[in-house]
Amino acid sequence: MTPDQPPLSTAELRRHQPVFRGLEAGHRACQGCGQALAARLVTEAIGPDAMIANATGCLEVFTTAWPQSAWRLPWIHSVFANVAAVASGMEAALKAQKRRTKVVAFGGDGGTFDIGLQALSGMLERNHNVLYVCFDNEAYMNTGVQRSSSTPHAAATTTSPAGREREGKRHLKKDLVTIIAAHRIPYSATATVAYPTDLRKKVRRGMQIEGAAFIVVHSPCPLGWGHENALGIEVARLAVQTGLWPMIELERGELVGAMELRNIRPVTDYLRLQDRFKHLFADDPRAREELEHLQELANHNIEVYRLRAEAPDRFDSEGMDTVIRGGLRTA
Amino acid sequence: MAQPLEGSQAMARAVALCRPQVVAAYPITPQTHIVENLAKLIADGALACELVSVESEFSAASVALGAAVAGSRAYTATSSQGLLLMTEVLFNIAGLRVPLVLTCANRAVGAPVSVWNDHQDSMAVRDAGWVQLYCADNQEAVDTTIHAFRIAERCELPVMVCVDGFTLTHTLEPLELPTQEQVDAFLGPYAFSRALDPANPLSMGTLLSPEFFPEIRHAHHRALLNAQDEIIATDRAWQNISGRSTGGLLSVEGPQEARLAILTIGSILGTLAEAQAESHDRTPAKLIKLRAFRPFPVDALKQECAGLDDLIVLERAVSPGGGGIIAAEVRAALSELSRPPRVHSYAIGLGGRDVPMTVYPQLLAAAQAATPSRFAVFDLQPAKLAETDR
Amino acid sequence: MPTSGDKLIEIRIHGRGGQGNVVAAYLLAAAAFEDGSFGQAFPSFGPERRGAPVTAFVRIADHPVRRRCQVTTPSFLLVQDEALLRTGDITAGLGEKGAILVNSSRPAEELPAARNFKLVTIPATALAQQMLGRPVPNTALAAAFLALTKLVSLSALEAALAQQFSGETLDRNTRLVREAAQMVPAGAWKELCDGAAA
Repeated sequence: MTPDQPPLSTAELRRHQPVFRGLEAGHRACQGCGQALAARLVTEAIGPDAMIANATGCLEVFTTAWPQSAWRLPWIHSVFANVAAVASGMEAALKAQKRRTKVVAFGGDGGTFDIGLQALSGMLERNHNVLYVCFDNEAYMNTGVQRSSSTPHAAATTTSPAGREREGKRHLKKDLVTIIAAHRIPYSATATVAYPTDLRKKVRRGMQIEGAAFIVVHSPCPLGWGHENALGIEVARLAVQTGLWPMIELERGELVGAMELRNIRPVTDYLRLQDRFKHLFADDPRAREELEHLQELANHNIEVYRLRAEAPDRFDSEGMDTVIRGGLRTA
Repeated sequence: MAQPLEGSQAMARAVALCRPQVVAAYPITPQTHIVENLAKLIADGALACELVSVESEFSAASVALGAAVAGSRAYTATSSQGLLLMTEVLFNIAGLRVPLVLTCANRAVGAPVSVWNDHQDSMAVRDAGWVQLYCADNQEAVDTTIHAFRIAERCELPVMVCVDGFTLTHTLEPLELPTQEQVDAFLGPYAFSRALDPANPLSMGTLLSPEFFPEIRHAHHRALLNAQDEIIATDRAWQNISGRSTGGLLSVEGPQEARLAILTIGSILGTLAEAQAESHDRTPAKLIKLRAFRPFPVDALKQECAGLDDLIVLERAVSPGGGGIIAAEVRAALSELSRPPRVHSYAIGLGGRDVPMTVYPQLLAAAQAATPSRFAVFDLQPAKLAETDR
Repeated sequence: MPTSGDKLIEIRIHGRGGQGNVVAAYLLAAAAFEDGSFGQAFPSFGPERRGAPVTAFVRIADHPVRRRCQVTTPSFLLVQDEALLRTGDITAGLGEKGAILVNSSRPAEELPAARNFKLVTIPATALAQQMLGRPVPNTALAAAFLALTKLVSLSALEAALAQQFSGETLDRNTRLVREAAQMVPAGAWKELCDGAAA
């Protein structure tokens, strides 16, 4: 955009939405980064009439090494813990100026589940008209894979390593969805890079909400999770199919939709692909016990969110055994 | 037209006259009345503004930042513990060169817990990169608040207006409030050159490598130094409209030929000035009121202090293990003089201890000391301490 | 209207949290302003708490007052809760020419402090309860004080009240002011003001 070009009107911006790319290629993410993919998908769905507040984390670091930026949307990074508060201030300003440009907040699991939770809770309680998207790669990845409250139970990180006395993270993954639900905001959802159409749909839904909306996107990290760079989508899909990552939508805290599972996979299919869980496959009763715990967690999700499909669905190709997939693995 | 107003109430009205579009509010003694008054003005329709009642001061600063970068004039107020809680964001705002105004109702910082007035809070964040202006009375607080928005927006620097908690915020006295027309003409609408705009997308707050960092930090430092001119110009421009001056960077009263001066910051000046008028000790002494602490007005100070034999620096904060904070900067500045005065460094009124008129003759006597005080708590009552702690 | 000169009257108001101590101080300062004088008022600050002893300070002068220290040598004390005269040393700094107005239903002679200082009592709480429906003694005390000292005119006090209240509430407060003013000897302390200077 050169200074000579006249500024675009909101209507013009919105007309360009279907071909709009909010996050450009050429940034410095790792090969196979789930978060970069998620951010691209999300900003495509958001369109050009928006502004982004971004918490400290991988996304902010690999997209904006001055003097370059990969963002085609107006964007601000402040500090680690305050993205929801900065977004609240942006929203209040646009409301005072009577402008319809949407404010979007991006944060990782560290900046959302942990250090940024207070500001997020405040933003939701005040019901600011902001779409908050959390890219959940389940650890503080930017600083070298330390555990966050979002790290799954029994996963190994640098601060929750496996060893003689420990089987990875001792505590459960924080149930953020329930915390968000308790704020009774108009819309919240879980999503994943493995189902991009579903993700885009949920983002569009969030953009249309007048009030607070929250989406947490499961974003595989090949480096931190210890899987091959090309397998991110497959790993993320298995998280869904095991029930460990339930795909749900809530309105005002009540469950209104869930992605049904027709081909429920055992958790081991998912865990086996990732080095962060490899200690669970040792010949050790404690490891086997943790595998059982994780299976119980998955079973619990399936039950609580009623994920098990009652009947076949001809539009859901997951359960069909006549479909043969290509690629390095069959999933 | 003057009217009797509580300090906080007058400051809230001054803020309202500046037409902020977003105010972030979080309560902390003794600033709370300011945001309460603003809330009432908004609720009564006297101010069109989004009041965001945040869940902590850390978020208050962040909301103000978000609003300012999204193109709206924004404001918040805090004290003490709240100021420190938002410290990370204060550095961020200044480093991003975002125009904002914040009122700090100066209050001591725990531990020990105190709600009373001293300057430890704003002094603790002196390196955050904000302009810091200190008010000697409530009229200055009103006028400086209005100046602050103009200085901030012209310099693209955030401005902290420091007002003694309780001593000024909770005192009622006759004050002049300007008209809406006067303030509108003086400030104009908010215009931030780098406001976020989908029609011209920018990325703010990016990672900066060593390749560029020193230059940016230098530019920030220069911008603060250059703000001295804007502080003076703004004072003059407001004086043309209101008839009142706050003194710009610093001001002096007392006999020009005096070889002794007492430098103060904040509201203690009024007490010393009246004590001087009534004192039997007629030793000529100048009273130097330091208004701008950041930027630190080295040249103006050198000019006022050249020719002095003794300068007492009286401040309401201390750097434990170091000594006087303002005194250290004064000594550094005056070391550039060919014959710098002896600088006597004292802290007084820490934690809100009342400063009575009787300190004035005591200060004059202290200036006679053979060795000027490196640093001491002037109103210390040693009997209250164990021998080993004195 | 006080005569010009270096006249400064310092007043200390003693009461308990919830009795409107600070409001009384602000009211006196605002009344001074309405009368063309300078008024400064502030509380002895602290976290707010019902029932705890609180002190407020007022300075009234014919010129702007710049000092902000607490009042240590008051010319007058207003005591909203008479029990405070027994506990604590609230008369500290009150000179021998000083005078105390006490919110009390007892006659002045019955109070021990009357032995050392000029003292007038007025049942301000009862009066307020009767005329305002609320047992807050501050307006009545302020009115009685001004009637005694003639430091500021009662009409100025009424004007100050009119800045805060309107309608029925203002009418009641105005009647209270006039009633309270009649319950003390008008001008009895006027000469204490004429001689007073800081």
